[in-house]
Amino acid sequence: MEQFFGAATTIVIGVGGCLLYFFLTNLLLGRIFPASGPNISRNINRANAIRPWLFLFPALILLALYLVYPLFWSIYLSVMDANGREFVGLYNYQWMVSDPKFLESMRNNILWLIVVPAFSTFFGLLAAALTDRIRWGNFAKAMIFMPMAISFVGASVIWKFVYDFRPEGQNQIGLLNAIVEAFGGAPETWLTHEIVNSFLLMVVLIWIQTGFAMVILSAALRGIPEETVEAAILDGASPLQLFFKIKVPQIWGTILVVWTTITITVLKVFDIVLAMTNGQWGTQVLGNYMYDWLVRGQDSGRASAIAIVIMLLVTPIMIWNIRNARKEMR
Amino acid sequence: MDNIVGQKSSLTWLVNLAAAALVLLWTIPTFGLLVSSFRDRDQILTSGWWQSLFPQEASVQYRAGAPDTAVQEGGVYVISGNVFDELALGEVSAFGTNSRDPAAYPVGETITTDDGYELTVNADGSYRLTSATPLEGTRGERIFITSTQAPSFTTENFVKVLNAEGLGRGFLNTLTVSIPATVIPILIAAFAAYALAWMEFPGRALLIAAVVGLLVVPLQLALIPLLQLHLKAGIGKSYMGIWLAHSAFGLPLAIYLLRNYMAGLPRDIIESARVDGATDFQIFLRIILPLSFPALASFAIFQFLWTWNDLLVALVFLGSTQDQLVMTGQLKELMGSRGGDWEILAASAFISIAVPLAVFFAMQKYLVRGLLAGSVK
Repeated sequence: MEQFFGAATTIVIGVGGCLLYFFLTNLLLGRIFPASGPNISRNINRANAIRPWLFLFPALILLALYLVYPLFWSIYLSVMDANGREFVGLYNYQWMVSDPKFLESMRNNILWLIVVPAFSTFFGLLAAALTDRIRWGNFAKAMIFMPMAISFVGASVIWKFVYDFRPEGQNQIGLLNAIVEAFGGAPETWLTHEIVNSFLLMVVLIWIQTGFAMVILSAALRGIPEETVEAAILDGASPLQLFFKIKVPQIWGTILVVWTTITITVLKVFDIVLAMTNGQWGTQVLGNYMYDWLVRGQDSGRASAIAIVIMLLVTPIMIWNIRNARKEMR
Repeated sequence: MDNIVGQKSSLTWLVNLAAAALVLLWTIPTFGLLVSSFRDRDQILTSGWWQSLFPQEASVQYRAGAPDTAVQEGGVYVISGNVFDELALGEVSAFGTNSRDPAAYPVGETITTDDGYELTVNADGSYRLTSATPLEGTRGERIFITSTQAPSFTTENFVKVLNAEGLGRGFLNTLTVSIPATVIPILIAAFAAYALAWMEFPGRALLIAAVVGLLVVPLQLALIPLLQLHLKAGIGKSYMGIWLAHSAFGLPLAIYLLRNYMAGLPRDIIESARVDGATDFQIFLRIILPLSFPALASFAIFQFLWTWNDLLVALVFLGSTQDQLVMTGQLKELMGSRGGDWEILAASAFISIAVPLAVFFAMQKYLVRGLLAGSVK
């Protein structure tokens, strides 16, 4: 109860405080530079120059303190020792390139980077193309989109149950092993099976991200100018030709956006690995490895160095996004 | 649009089938866990959830009453009782007296055992063993029964996890984290977005670019510095810390979404309000904010789903004692400590999924709209 009271108070103070801040600063600005008197035009100009910054101030402070400052502080911590006290130069990075677990994480992250965006985009495109043509399309879309609302941990429980193992001879209760047995195979402890297990974890993320890809790509498909489609049909294009030669090339830009957005999600993946294998049996990824060094290893130097690596991997996409956004604004 | 030229019906069928297959593939895993969360423990462990609607078969060995418990009835010695004394397993479908053929006889039939006794087992489990001579030996006769158990569903799992496993507490904690973390950033972002969309000032383009850049900064990077900052500022690991962190992490998306939406509002409205002498503050509160409702709703849903489902930020910025854990954290702990207890995991997972799913189905329209506006095009 106490925490609810705290939460309610915070909402009231937070929202009320914001409103009060904006109202008061605005009032103050009007007093200092009144839109009347001898210097009216100079006053209005000055007020207009200051006002945007008053509007931006709370957001900028939060962003600077919670996102920009950590970026630089992490770089600093990554060249310090485990407690952040002594300067160790590039030692943490040197350690990294010879650490087998880090190399394993890198290898897995690269695998994830190739597999997850590709399959999510593919299934998303497939789902978009199919559901746009059927009567119950909206229902189908909602069902495929649904995993987006499920937490990564919840999804991990769902899929761990699918991969569950019972020794041979017992009734399998996991769907995967039941199917394997139905086809005459022997049940496996899938999550301890190296390489295979990484792919099984990727399935979880693909399952979640397909809905996102589908929604965006479906909107893009519907935005294709009708004339191009009509012309192709009149020219006798088959449905497959129509799709791959007329429609897909026109939404190429959107496909790229979907691909890069999922790539970012993949680079940060953490919950799924932590919950399903905790990086054992060759499934470690950077996100979870960083957390491991932060919480279990208690080494802010190494953990920061790994975080910087994740940041470096994200940077090309970040730059690409910024350039796109600027192009669009012009 | 694709139907301008009549389509072959075979193709329509194919499309329908393929879509159905895809939908099944995407829903079956969730459905399996949902069904399991309503089954009782023994059934989950002995049969797949897809069999849960059919009767369950089990073979058990039972030992009839010892010979000295026999009573004399009209000249014969009788031992009677019920094979379900110890285990309630539904109904007997067959029985036998030999382990090699445990289902040799149908229920109700009277048979002669190897020792020369007469035995009947009924469907309800009652049995009757009779003999013309006094029964010998010290141990009771072995009876093998095959029982079928009707499908049974229960809500007990949910009651159990909410109380005994402390998930009720986790639910409240999650709620405490996500509501303020959703509400607070909205207003802050809205003012900033208005400035970036409709006010002229030097450095505006740069700030917008910075916001787009910050959209993708990995949270991993912010964890350690912020944790140190919070400890130094005396906030420590508390709700205040996580509210601030979530609010700040949500800001780039909020500003980006709202700015794009506000920039698309008709210029005439704003210009004419300016001409009429309205200040920016008034324009923002009276015109822009109400008109931006769809974008505000989109962001609110995103932020709510994200804060509700988050594990990383909660693990780092809130403590990890049993009382402080949010539901995702508890779920993760349960996966480690109660890995085989699927009834507990399934019920817990569904309690934590229920709220986001409800929000999802109720507000899907806004979610889709937000996604479309939020991906950098």
